[in-house]
Amino acid sequence: MKGIKAYGVSLPYYRLKRETILKAMGWFNPGPAALLGGEKAVANHDEDSLTLAVAAGRNCLSGTDRSGIEVLSLASTTLPYRERSNAGIALAALNLAPECRTAEFTGELKAGLAALTAALGEEVDGSILVCAADCRLGKAGSNNESLFGDGAAAFLVGRDHVAAAFEGSYSLSYDFADHRRIEGERFIRSWEERWIREEAYTKFIPRVIQGLLDRTGLSLKEVAKVILPPLGARDHLALAKSLGLDPGRIQDPLLGSVGFSGTAHPLFMLAAALEEAKAGDRLLVCGFGGGAQALLFRVTEAVNDLKDRTKVQAALAYKEEMNSYAKYLSFKNMLPKEAGIRGEEIAPTSLSLTWREQDAVLRLVGGRCQACGSPQFPRERICINPRCGAVDRMEPYAFSDRTGHLFNYTADHLAYSEDPPNLYGIVDFEDGGRYWFDLTDCRLESLRVGQPVRMTFRRKYRDEARSLCGYFWKATPFRS
Amino acid sequence: MAEGIKNKVAIIGMGCTRFGEHFDQSAESLMVEAFMEALADAGLEKKDIDAAWLSSCFDEVNVGKAAIPLAAALKLPFIPVTRVENFCASGTEALRAASFAVASGACDVALAVGVEKLKDIGYGGLPDFSQLRGAYNRQIFPNMTAPGMFATLATRYFDRYGLSSEEGKRTLAKISAKSHYNGARTSKAHLRREVDVETIMKAPIIAWPLGLFDCCGVTEGAAAAIIVRADKAKDYRPDPLYVKALQIAVSPEEEYRFQEWDGTHVETTVRCAAKAYQEAGVKNPREELSMFEVHDCFSITELVTYEDLLISPRGRAKEDVDAGFFDLDGALPCQTDGGLKSFGHPIGASGIRMVYEVYKQLQGKCGERQLKNPRLGLTHNLGGFPANCVIAVTIWGNEP
Repeated sequence: MKGIKAYGVSLPYYRLKRETILKAMGWFNPGPAALLGGEKAVANHDEDSLTLAVAAGRNCLSGTDRSGIEVLSLASTTLPYRERSNAGIALAALNLAPECRTAEFTGELKAGLAALTAALGEEVDGSILVCAADCRLGKAGSNNESLFGDGAAAFLVGRDHVAAAFEGSYSLSYDFADHRRIEGERFIRSWEERWIREEAYTKFIPRVIQGLLDRTGLSLKEVAKVILPPLGARDHLALAKSLGLDPGRIQDPLLGSVGFSGTAHPLFMLAAALEEAKAGDRLLVCGFGGGAQALLFRVTEAVNDLKDRTKVQAALAYKEEMNSYAKYLSFKNMLPKEAGIRGEEIAPTSLSLTWREQDAVLRLVGGRCQACGSPQFPRERICINPRCGAVDRMEPYAFSDRTGHLFNYTADHLAYSEDPPNLYGIVDFEDGGRYWFDLTDCRLESLRVGQPVRMTFRRKYRDEARSLCGYFWKATPFRS
Repeated sequence: MAEGIKNKVAIIGMGCTRFGEHFDQSAESLMVEAFMEALADAGLEKKDIDAAWLSSCFDEVNVGKAAIPLAAALKLPFIPVTRVENFCASGTEALRAASFAVASGACDVALAVGVEKLKDIGYGGLPDFSQLRGAYNRQIFPNMTAPGMFATLATRYFDRYGLSSEEGKRTLAKISAKSHYNGARTSKAHLRREVDVETIMKAPIIAWPLGLFDCCGVTEGAAAAIIVRADKAKDYRPDPLYVKALQIAVSPEEEYRFQEWDGTHVETTVRCAAKAYQEAGVKNPREELSMFEVHDCFSITELVTYEDLLISPRGRAKEDVDAGFFDLDGALPCQTDGGLKSFGHPIGASGIRMVYEVYKQLQGKCGERQLKNPRLGLTHNLGGFPANCVIAVTIWGNEP
């Protein structure tokens, strides 16, 4: 029996209130922000679809053995590289074995569900990790700007002990050009919303639902929760009504708290539904874009064995308001601002060095001295312990999942940062090992010597002149 | 321990340019000025120089690589010239190399010149660090600057000794105020203005908790010294400066990679000072030294250096600061010329500039800020960051 063995989600720390968008851009287009209300999740300046996908994957795998993972699938329409293995970067950051096969799903908004469907059809003995993330951009003042939020979700798919058993899928695929973005363009363009709703949303989704029910021999009454992707502020409600579903049977589309997170959104909603579900519930998830797709799952008793069923709740609660629209534009690279000569100084990246140091840079894997037992980062040939100094006795030692404590810190106003002052300090890892790291998702006022921190995979820099971005790990405070 | 350099060589001539933002002068011009002063001070001619060492750090924006810029600027006639670079200890490295060469008998008269041109980069602060350690730190070092790295010493120090931000910052402000007072009385200093503690406390933050006046300036300048054998020194002048110790210590970086260092001191300074005191035969530095010039790139560096040089007891430098122990009229004056705080820090030149002050003080030539009968002076450089650095400690006396 194939199905979902574990789930994980990730949201960036920042939320932009639609009221803030309205204040800034309401003079231009008051409609969407006012209609939607609430807030949307906004990636930090050091986050993108790739780092959010990694965060969701790590959230999914927390407390799980990674050795049985045979495939990593990455779904997004906004991955940083058009050519270079985004999934290869994610695989390393997730500390998965290089023997793990990767696949990237992109282009269509139902790519998230396509990746999940493909995983459910994989003929492998082990499990498949599916990560979907998006950080889609709407132009300033656009409906899309208000609608879109940044987020990611991940599922571990496998054969045995599944928390949600896969019962079937149904798909419709068309060139329905409701949204589009061509090579070289950053912003999504859309056709008229009424056309999308009348001609596709209210037609494709009922068709895939009915098709799936026919295929599985079930009726909609037997489905506990239907996960309808949002279109505008209220279209999912009208659609639910037309399907005869009362509002309690459709999953909250999270528009007021997250925004529409593209390929990740149906997966995020499915994770939320799974978090709330009980054994025996049937969950029907729909995706929309380039046609539509529906998948059916039956929640099993194994759902009660999931170690943590507060992940969605925790992600929704982990937040701070971004109260400046200008900062939002800046983080989204939509505001040409004066970085100064220091800010413009970008040293070249050596890709041969990146490859040589991949364990340190992408995996945060250092060494542990087999002579004295000292964990150390990065891994070098001679042990750092002044009373050891053993040569070539290192075994790999991963730091990414280890808790650290802030040894010292500062807030640096001189260093160029997209969000000054730049915070950094030395981190002491529990069980040994010490290194200095940038700090993220926090402010100076919240920092204390000794406070617990965890590691998070982030974009370290962006070098537009050379078409590169560098990734590394930062520390971030634990928050209850 | 080896016999060491004590009393084997002496300085018989020194030169130092005014330190400042020399937008109108090239590195070549600054080197010539420092050299000509040193030559005249020693009463020598260029042909008397047997070998020379050039120190500079940021070669990308400064004189460039190799020693040719010094040979070319001074038109040195095909003699051996070597460039040395060891971060902020570069100047002391040039002095050290010249001293060792003379002590070995390889040459009789050696020249050390340090220079740094930093203001041709177009922005404040030191040049960007992203390639400081080759390509590696681009990938994994934090996005840091010098003030930030030293600021982390302050947050940890304040935490360890229970100082509130206000108390900690006030202690640091007193250190900077003292140096500005001295610098106002030094003609070659860059910043020659007294600054009071309240102004320092209120200054904009550069890297928490360090404010503008907790940081030394980015400055340009050059300094030079001429070294001869100690037993010949009096042939040149009646008041040479005799070497007592020339020590360098370099961190293996265990401080930030192994959980032992406490983060409230600079371990490399402790190690270097111990060797320097041993070489010089100094048993009790607090009592025996007449003056000292430390690497006050930041006020917090000076605070912990008081402790690392075994002058103040661990954790209690604040008491000495509060008591005015290091003031010009205190028991052991520190930064009598205003230090890096007033001079700024042309990296390749600073180590030699510090010795220039000891030289002039021990010769009794410091006018308004002249100390009474100083006999033994110490200089200290810190190149790098508290957790991984090059430290230089030198000790000099006016008697062989």
